[in-house]
Amino acid sequence: MTPRPRRVLGAAVARGWLLVLLLLVWEAAARRAGDLYFPPPTRIVRTMRELWWSGPPSRLWLSEQAVDDFVPSLARLLLGWALAGVAGVVVGVGIGLSRVAFHLADPVLQFGRAVPPPALIPFFMVVFGLGTSMHLAVVVFGAVWPVLLNTADGVRSVEPLHLDSARVCGLGGWARLRYVVLPAAAPRIFTGLRVALGFALILVVVAELMGSGDGIGARLNAAEREFRPDRLWAGIVLLGAVGCVLNALFLLVERRVLAWHRGARRMST
Amino acid sequence: MLDITGLSHRYEDGHQAVEGVELHVDRGELVSIVGPSGCGKSTLLRCVAGLQRPSAGRISVAGRAVDGVPDDLAVVFQDYTRSLFPWLTVRDNVALPLRRRGLARAERRARALDALAQVGLDATAGKHPWQLSGGMQQRVAIARALAYRPALLLMDEPFGSVDAQTREDLEDLLLAVRGGAGHQGGAGHRGGAGHRRGAGHQGGAGTTILLVTHDIDESVYVADRVVVLTGAPGRVHSDLPVDLPAPRDQIGTRALPAFVRLRTEVGRAVRRP
Ligand SMILES: Nc1ncnc2c1ncn2[C@@H]1O[C@H](COP(=O)(O)OP(=O)(O)OP(=O)(O)O)[C@@H](O)[C@H]1O
Ligand SMILES: [Mg+2]
Repeated sequence: MTPRPRRVLGAAVARGWLLVLLLLVWEAAARRAGDLYFPPPTRIVRTMRELWWSGPPSRLWLSEQAVDDFVPSLARLLLGWALAGVAGVVVGVGIGLSRVAFHLADPVLQFGRAVPPPALIPFFMVVFGLGTSMHLAVVVFGAVWPVLLNTADGVRSVEPLHLDSARVCGLGGWARLRYVVLPAAAPRIFTGLRVALGFALILVVVAELMGSGDGIGARLNAAEREFRPDRLWAGIVLLGAVGCVLNALFLLVERRVLAWHRGARRMST
Repeated sequence: MLDITGLSHRYEDGHQAVEGVELHVDRGELVSIVGPSGCGKSTLLRCVAGLQRPSAGRISVAGRAVDGVPDDLAVVFQDYTRSLFPWLTVRDNVALPLRRRGLARAERRARALDALAQVGLDATAGKHPWQLSGGMQQRVAIARALAYRPALLLMDEPFGSVDAQTREDLEDLLLAVRGGAGHQGGAGHRGGAGHRRGAGHQGGAGTTILLVTHDIDESVYVADRVVVLTGAPGRVHSDLPVDLPAPRDQIGTRALPAFVRLRTEVGRAVRRP
């Protein structure tokens, strides 16, 4: 058996070689072209370091600029996502449990989901002004749908025999929800939350681009005004990295909470 | 304990599953129900369990008309795999109905382990149902029903997926449960000897059991009465008392002339409607 660090390294090489190759090709092509709009990756990384990672070690090397840019954006993203998650699960369970409520609500939900959230930004600007409330409203409005619809679907499709078992076991009301309905719907709820996390990132950037004094979106606007393509690229790369990290963290949690689901599925196939 | 009069059930698609079923079961009796596949045995049990409102007829359990699931009742479903909760461990599955008994957490766990030991599965308490074989899952479903110590126990083809030896052990376990506190051996004997059964349900006179089975020998061996249903729509064809002597054992009882006569009688009734 090969030692663990070697195996991990091997896996990283096997999975990452294409990415490395693309970066190398990009680097070489960008240097040859010398086009201001398409800086080589090394230049982008340098800009990122100048902008965000030139701070003291005591602050994890984060510059003041980084704190000003990241904290508002991440706070809006996570808070908006959490609010959307709670609202989506609560309303989704309510709708999923009642056939009448579902049939009444379904047309409303289908319409609400179909409205492109950015279309509401001007309206939210009028209502909430340019501050964080506006950003939060946009994120919540966009991210709530996948959670809500997936939760309602998951609750509606609980195995009937599980519900019968719950009744025979004397579980009613809250106990039935806690021990049967929510666990059974959990795989769908997590799917909704994962999609919502992606939406939240998109929407926080869009909202900040359209009106904000701080955050990563505002930094992108500033870079455009200052005509600094390298800073635009720095923002783009940063956002991609944030998306990847958030998704990876989410999957880590999902894997733990839904271990039974993966196990049961492996067994049945 | 259980009174069924004029029970009929017609499903939404118009299929008449059971018609005019009359059945009266005394407290502490063990009644086997046999009949061809599709004759309405599961439908009958679901109606008694209050999971399905019959289209006509009256059912009462312990003198109270069934409207919703009766309190002191446990069910082993025919489709046992899908009746266990895959997100809970085996022990938590078995302990779940005990919440209704108002027991403390430690007591619930102890009882669950006790019931698992009775079916010879105490070693798998920490696993999840999907990590067990079909026959083991079936025994978990049985343990869940036993742990509750119900006054009325409904079992729908509960020993279908276990090997012959285990099946005999489980039949004897059923006889012990029916008899109340006294425990004669039990199915867990290979796992470890001498697990006690503490105080049972409120009745104290042992559990009343309705057992659906396809095995004619089994229906006679465990029962006080065998009820034969005929199909399409399901009706009671015959209701045969089983007058075999009390301490039954797998070898001796099955060799009795009375046993042979009864199984022939039941076999004939099932075969010839
Ligand atoms: N949900 C349902 N809707 C319509 N018809 C049903 C439904 N469930 C059962 N039936 C029909 O009712 C009849 C009795 O079904 P039931 O499941 O009670 O039979 P059973 O005696 O338990 O059979 P088996 O021994 O195969 O389990 C069958 O003909 C079946 O097709
Ligand atoms: Mg059946």
